[in-house]
Amino acid sequence: MQVVLDLDGLDALIGVLRQDGRVVVGPVLRDDAITLAELGSAADLPSGWGVGTGPGHYRVRRRQDTAVFGHSAGPQSWKRFLHPPRRALISSDPAGFHPVEDNAPDYAFLGVRPCDLAAITKLRQIVGGRAPFVVAAQCTEPGEVCFCASMGCGPAAGSGYDIALTERIDSTGHRFLATSGTGEGAEVLARVPARAASPDDVALAEQDVEAAANRMGRAMPELDLRDLLARNRDSAHWEAVAERCLTCGNCTMVCPTCFCVSVEDTTDLDGNAERSQRWASCFEIDFSYLHGGAVRTSGASRYRQWMTHKLGTWHDQFGTSGCVGCGRCIAWCPAGIDITEEAAALAGSEQP
Amino acid sequence: MTTWTPTPYQVVTRTVETHDSVTLVLRPVAESLPAFSPGQFAMLYAHGIGEVPISISGIPGDGTLVHTIRAVGAVSRALHDAGPGTVIGVRGPFGTAWQLDGAEDLLVVAGGIGLAPLRPVLGHPAKRTVLVAGARTRQDLLYQDELAGLSDVDVVLTVDHGDHDWHGRVGFVTEPLASIPLDPDRTTALLCGPEPMMRFCARTLLGRGVRAERIQVSLERNMQCGIGLCGHCQLGPLLLCRDGPVTGYPTAEPLLLAKEL
Amino acid sequence: MTTPMTDLDALPLLTRLSHTQRAAIAGVSRIETYEAGTRLFDEGGLADQCWVVLTGCVVIDTVVPPRGKVALQSIGPGELLGWSWLVPPYRWHFGATAVTSTRAAVVDTGALRVLADEDPALGYQLSLILIDALLNRLQATRIRLLDLYRNPA
Repeated sequence: MQVVLDLDGLDALIGVLRQDGRVVVGPVLRDDAITLAELGSAADLPSGWGVGTGPGHYRVRRRQDTAVFGHSAGPQSWKRFLHPPRRALISSDPAGFHPVEDNAPDYAFLGVRPCDLAAITKLRQIVGGRAPFVVAAQCTEPGEVCFCASMGCGPAAGSGYDIALTERIDSTGHRFLATSGTGEGAEVLARVPARAASPDDVALAEQDVEAAANRMGRAMPELDLRDLLARNRDSAHWEAVAERCLTCGNCTMVCPTCFCVSVEDTTDLDGNAERSQRWASCFEIDFSYLHGGAVRTSGASRYRQWMTHKLGTWHDQFGTSGCVGCGRCIAWCPAGIDITEEAAALAGSEQP
Repeated sequence: MTTWTPTPYQVVTRTVETHDSVTLVLRPVAESLPAFSPGQFAMLYAHGIGEVPISISGIPGDGTLVHTIRAVGAVSRALHDAGPGTVIGVRGPFGTAWQLDGAEDLLVVAGGIGLAPLRPVLGHPAKRTVLVAGARTRQDLLYQDELAGLSDVDVVLTVDHGDHDWHGRVGFVTEPLASIPLDPDRTTALLCGPEPMMRFCARTLLGRGVRAERIQVSLERNMQCGIGLCGHCQLGPLLLCRDGPVTGYPTAEPLLLAKEL
Repeated sequence: MTTPMTDLDALPLLTRLSHTQRAAIAGVSRIETYEAGTRLFDEGGLADQCWVVLTGCVVIDTVVPPRGKVALQSIGPGELLGWSWLVPPYRWHFGATAVTSTRAAVVDTGALRVLADEDPALGYQLSLILIDALLNRLQATRIRLLDLYRNPA
């Protein structure tokens, strides 16, 4: 089902999703960044705000138009809802061990960019949980650190969405081509005021998305990254990266697929205990702690672990790459380390 | 999150093995966990302190679990100190087991606490079983009385530091491995101990003609969830809680040779 | 108890030698059987023979006040005991005791050095055998220096 919504239609879509008891989460402007928060209406969307990104750089900027999805990936990702930064696992008292029920709401994610749509699939493959209702926003304006096209994760929305929107602002107005991806998506769309999509609407949307593929700020080198990383465990290049890397773990926190957690125990004075998990980073020195000390103490080994897992061994473990090309790790690295450049440099270091 | 919820077991007996290690026999309080195989491990939870991976060190077949625990940190110290009646949370069984199918001659090589995960294998009906076990000193050797009573296992014990009461071997396990009689075509070797020990032993055995595919090692990394969710136990492509701990040497060798992997 | 050496062909340690070379070494060797507790040599003594343990176990030791006698290394079946005969001053560095009933091939090392001097090909092969055994001993000793089994707590 393909229909065209205007801004009121988008607002109605949010309303329908909320009526159905879902918590609708989408992009909002907060603290000089496009973040993710619950939407009450389309008015909460960051209309007219775009972003400028680069290695170690992220700034919101005013757009010339009123686009609501005219921004690339922000500091947060949908990970924080599907795999919260902290979650109680069990409680323990003298009577026994009690599971803590997962009381996550029934989420609808609105404005999910194709890179993040792919990330949601990869993340849920590992952490499971209830599937959110997904309203994707196809990408017509990639950012400077974006490379989803070379990871096969955009700019067109792949599988996994219930509804995909393509935003367009031109002389005929501000509108969204809405395509249903599931029966549930079609049912929701049927309850929203819209007009049927014309062949022109569809053609223009396709054209915009195709054009976006050629405007990616970056590209991952076209080679078998899994093999490249597997045969470069001992490369001197890791030391070169380590000279710049602060091992701060920002890349793992902003990454929409980094799933690692550490388990923590807390007790109270009454003898009750709780076990909870929190996001962990393979850059933490204690991440690889084994009785007696950590296995990966050098920065080089910890960067190697992150990049090798993300681009290489993720395939061995989960049958896919762990990277979607969203570029967050580049923008939020305080040292401006660029995973695409490091992959290219690693490949280059192999040349005779 | 039921996969995170331990099943309560109660300590039935606590046997002091060495100055820092005990063997606990645990009985289910109500529900019991599925049966463990030799080589697999459980996550043992000490109330309010934490959880650690501990291999199964005996399979009595009566629904009890047997774990030998060395006190090396806060959690293992608490488990080590748990007396009869203490309730311990158990999750498992996790990980891969020793592959004994088709094994003719079993060569079991253990170092230190590494003997614990291999103990259940000593009862396996192989045609011939040889155990080569190393420890720091005589006082650190596990299961000494039990090993002395094994009639169908050739036992070679060796310590790093001898004393005047010790009449076994003094030296590293690689030394008896280099000279004991073995038929490389019939030998399945199971190795468990510190990583360098397993590397050196595997190299000695390869030198004696034992095929790499017939050598299994038990690998360890930081294990927290046991179910491939937390990411801590990665060793290259492996999630050791799921793809290990027991790993074939052809897979393990390049990973063990990489530094800080 | 001393028995004359018939041949050394069954000794894995010497497989790289020819039958003739092994026979030459057998000519300067004998078989000895030691009861448990037999002292084979003492620190400072003249090093004029070496042993290949066939069965049983010999322990190399030294005295450390106030710990008394400290066992440093066991020599089991198939392994070589004694290196100090190779180079001057031909004096034992440590002591050695058979800790169980032990059977060993004992080589007159003075005669062995003469054989090696007269037949450089044999001498070379012998050196390789000795280096191989020495290397294994050195590596195993280094690993022990790692103290791998210590409790990290």
